[in-house]
Amino acid sequence: MKKTKQLLTSTFIAASLAVASANSYADGVKIGFVTTLTTPAGVIGEDMQNAANLALEHLGGKMADQDVELIFEDDGFKPEIGKQKTDKLVKKDKVDFVSGYIWSHVLMASAKSVLDAGKFLISANAGPSQMAGKGCDSNFFSTSWQNDQTPMAMGEVLNTQGVKSLYVMVPNYAAGKNMAAGVERTFKGEIVGKDMTKWGKDKQLDFSAELAKAKASGADGLFVFYPGSAGGAFIKQYQQAGLKDSLPLYTVFTVDSISLPKLQAADMQGVMGSKSTMFWGPDLDNAANIKFVSDFKAKHGKYPSFYAAQSYDSIMLIDSALRATGGKVDDEDALRAAMEKADFDSVRGDFTYGNNHMPVQNFYLREVVADADGNWTTQISETVYEAHQDPYAADCQL
Amino acid sequence: MDWQLLITQMLNGLQLGLLLFLVASGLTLIFGIMDFINLSHGSFYMLGAFICSSITAKTGSLFIGIVLAVLVVFCIGALVERLIARKLYQNDHLDHVLVTFGLILVFDTLAHLIWGSQGRIISLPDSLNGQINLGSLVLPSYRLLIIGAGLTVAIGLYFLVTRSRLGMRIRAGASNRQMVSALGVDIDRLYLIVFALGAALAGLAGMLIAPITEASIGMGNEIIIIAFVVVIVGGIGSVKGAFYAALLIGFIDTLGRSYLGDLLALFLSSQNAETAAPALSAMLIYILMAAVLAFRPQGLFPPSNS
Amino acid sequence: MRGEQASSWPSHLLARLKGNLPNQVYFALVIALLIAPWLINALDQSFYLDLLTRALIIAIAVASLNLIIGFGGMVSLGHAAFLGIGAYCVGIPTYYEQFNGFVHLGLAVLCSALFALLTGLICLRTKAVYFIMITLAFAQMLYFTLVSLDEYGADDGLVIYQRSEFPGIFDIENPTTLYYAVLLFLLGCLYLTHRMMHARFGRVLQGCKHNEQRMQALGFLTYKYKLIAYVIAGTMAGVAGFFLGNFTNFISPEMMDWTHSAELIFMLVIGGTGILFGPVVGAVLFLLLEEWLSGFSVYWHLILGLMLIALVVFGKGGVHGLLSLGSNRGSQQNTTT
Repeated sequence: MKKTKQLLTSTFIAASLAVASANSYADGVKIGFVTTLTTPAGVIGEDMQNAANLALEHLGGKMADQDVELIFEDDGFKPEIGKQKTDKLVKKDKVDFVSGYIWSHVLMASAKSVLDAGKFLISANAGPSQMAGKGCDSNFFSTSWQNDQTPMAMGEVLNTQGVKSLYVMVPNYAAGKNMAAGVERTFKGEIVGKDMTKWGKDKQLDFSAELAKAKASGADGLFVFYPGSAGGAFIKQYQQAGLKDSLPLYTVFTVDSISLPKLQAADMQGVMGSKSTMFWGPDLDNAANIKFVSDFKAKHGKYPSFYAAQSYDSIMLIDSALRATGGKVDDEDALRAAMEKADFDSVRGDFTYGNNHMPVQNFYLREVVADADGNWTTQISETVYEAHQDPYAADCQL
Repeated sequence: MDWQLLITQMLNGLQLGLLLFLVASGLTLIFGIMDFINLSHGSFYMLGAFICSSITAKTGSLFIGIVLAVLVVFCIGALVERLIARKLYQNDHLDHVLVTFGLILVFDTLAHLIWGSQGRIISLPDSLNGQINLGSLVLPSYRLLIIGAGLTVAIGLYFLVTRSRLGMRIRAGASNRQMVSALGVDIDRLYLIVFALGAALAGLAGMLIAPITEASIGMGNEIIIIAFVVVIVGGIGSVKGAFYAALLIGFIDTLGRSYLGDLLALFLSSQNAETAAPALSAMLIYILMAAVLAFRPQGLFPPSNS
Repeated sequence: MRGEQASSWPSHLLARLKGNLPNQVYFALVIALLIAPWLINALDQSFYLDLLTRALIIAIAVASLNLIIGFGGMVSLGHAAFLGIGAYCVGIPTYYEQFNGFVHLGLAVLCSALFALLTGLICLRTKAVYFIMITLAFAQMLYFTLVSLDEYGADDGLVIYQRSEFPGIFDIENPTTLYYAVLLFLLGCLYLTHRMMHARFGRVLQGCKHNEQRMQALGFLTYKYKLIAYVIAGTMAGVAGFFLGNFTNFISPEMMDWTHSAELIFMLVIGGTGILFGPVVGAVLFLLLEEWLSGFSVYWHLILGLMLIALVVFGKGGVHGLLSLGSNRGSQQNTTT
């Protein structure tokens, strides 16, 4: 009996030593990447996954001469699953960085797990106002934007286009509210109506009641935000309702390389020429972007989406930090200082970080056109904002 | 009051009601005749949409797509009845809930495997992509087609149930199960036909809505719960009840979404009213169901015992 | 029964374990759960402590469901609502910077009991499939109520930045403390269920499951018995929700979705309905399975779905049924031990 006990104890000690040593002497960098791989929104996650993998490929699979392990997790479009997966990445896989996050509410639910553990959190899409303002954190960075910025740029465009009254349609979740708030912040005309539609796992996709209301409101323009596959469904119904001439469409994050191929397949001509604002475009002329877009197209046969661009940059940002620290993953302060410099060739061109670790960057107006091969894509037509900082930065105490 | 808006919204409500009826009519018969709770009935709705999108893309014709897809979904329904449902009619409701919940997981994942996570578009011919002008009223022509198709199927089903021999057996089965078997009807065959027919009707509803919303994974999981509400409110086993209840719920949902926000804005801040309105109109449906269950559990239009 | 309890408990326990494979497994399970944190901390695998804590919290909810489904025969498809109520009783006070754990716990007990009482009064007028649907209806109503409350995050949910405080008693920010608090409460719930099922109350309840009319003919007010069981079950699940809110540091209306209620039933059936330890076995197995399957393919729901179908079509009685096959004696007379 005593012998067995001794044996058991020594086995445990040996096992725990083995685990402990594996941790302290482990070389290589571990990066967790949380995105949506199931549900209809999985199409966004695939794009992000492809881009992150492409970035790693461009780096030769190494950062500062260390092997990189990229671990993808599926949040299933649910905040609590996202939180669970983030916990797993931090506690089980013991990653050094966590990136990804399409959805603002998933990011909000998961942030605490990463930041409490003293790891770095890099949002490759979601930019909720809370994380930019009061809830900012020294270990949180974004390679995308703060939610309000893109619709703010759209508000400016509406003003110059002479739109006097606007109808707003957004999904009812954190980012939807930020988008509506953003356009209201800069739009000088009157908001004549606003609809917040059900979002999430069983989101509303039939917008007949809302479109009828929008039409009856007599607004000059319709502002919408429907990311992912909902964008395609919305555009189709907009065209079927025959609103193209009476109610011009202005979108953010709705008409992109995810919805355009489907819209082209269905020959939804109504979307041609529609305007959207964005910090980036596949036609943006800089060396990093040209390489990214052409390699992505060669590999996956379609244009990368903005989600892809942001994911690509998030990997490049981590690489720039590790290069600065010579590959050391445990020197938090040095890593942070390096990331704050944003010293890498971003696909959006040069940008800087604000005090809240949100990019200070340009925003462009884009129009839908057909490219040389006849594929529908977006083209930048003018610069709306130069080096724009989000309105919440002042609330951040960093 | 904006009458044009109201009429448009009434038509939208009618469209939603008819789609709900297509899903709920099969559900109520399966429920009434076999006493089987089929949570996976919504999966036929989803499969219909996906299969139709594939066939339409191959053949280039929406009409062929719908006809063939209805047949395919009918066969899938028959298969599910033969392989799984039939074994469970005698079991308690708990088993039904579990097995059909399992079936939902299986069908959703199979759809992901076969068609990918991205939704599938069904292209409409130009003639259906436009609008129809009725005086000053402009309506998307495809939505009118859905209403027309829904009404046609409803009338067809009415004649099938009230006039045909099969319908007589179905009615008898819905009101008194023992009697049908006592009459020497081939009960296995009746069950098979009812189950597969119900699946095909749900599939048809999915095909009709897909050109508007796209075929997407999990699209059946929301409608199935509302379809159950329709079944309960209308009375289990009653096709007529399902028809009236579906229209009622279609109107409540659509009109609630359009007018409740303005109504709430009288009491709440506009931000709160915007958030609360869609949720409250969804809640109205469940309040209706709870009220029916508490005060008139047999439903508003129970199947007659005659 | 009474006579047996007079003898010392170790011999009583031994008598229960002898020749009874299911009971031996359950005994081993409890021992394993008691020492698990020590082992996990020694191996520095805090992730697994999280997983077990979650499983035990869910097990409390499943145990409460067992009370009404397994013993009372009332199949509820809205049980996840109570988890949500308990979690919001942590989240909403925390939002107003009220961190006192007794306030949270008190609210969770009060709100879930009240919700169970009010809905139970109406739901229990119905039976069988109508009961399934009306419990679903009330859960959906609550779901949409919380979706409509913009102040508390609506669809996005609420982040709970700090766990409930029990100053001077214990600190549940410490994962091991939280684990033992959950385990203790779970065992308490199981003990309570055990005692109730061997008292008159439990016999009447189980009588209702098999033949309610007979119980009424015998003069029992079955409605009252069922209502009490429903309120006790709702309150237990509410406390599970209190733990869940504290554990995940996040709550959203999504937690009350009907698919979650269906999952709770699934776990109950895995462990075996009407079996005292079934919920613990079911919840632990389900969560481990989920973790393991989701790790190797995004298509893992397919396997889960097929297992669920197979479980009902071929494997009646769940794990308990399988274990009983390995035991000499059938499980019938031991279903409530």
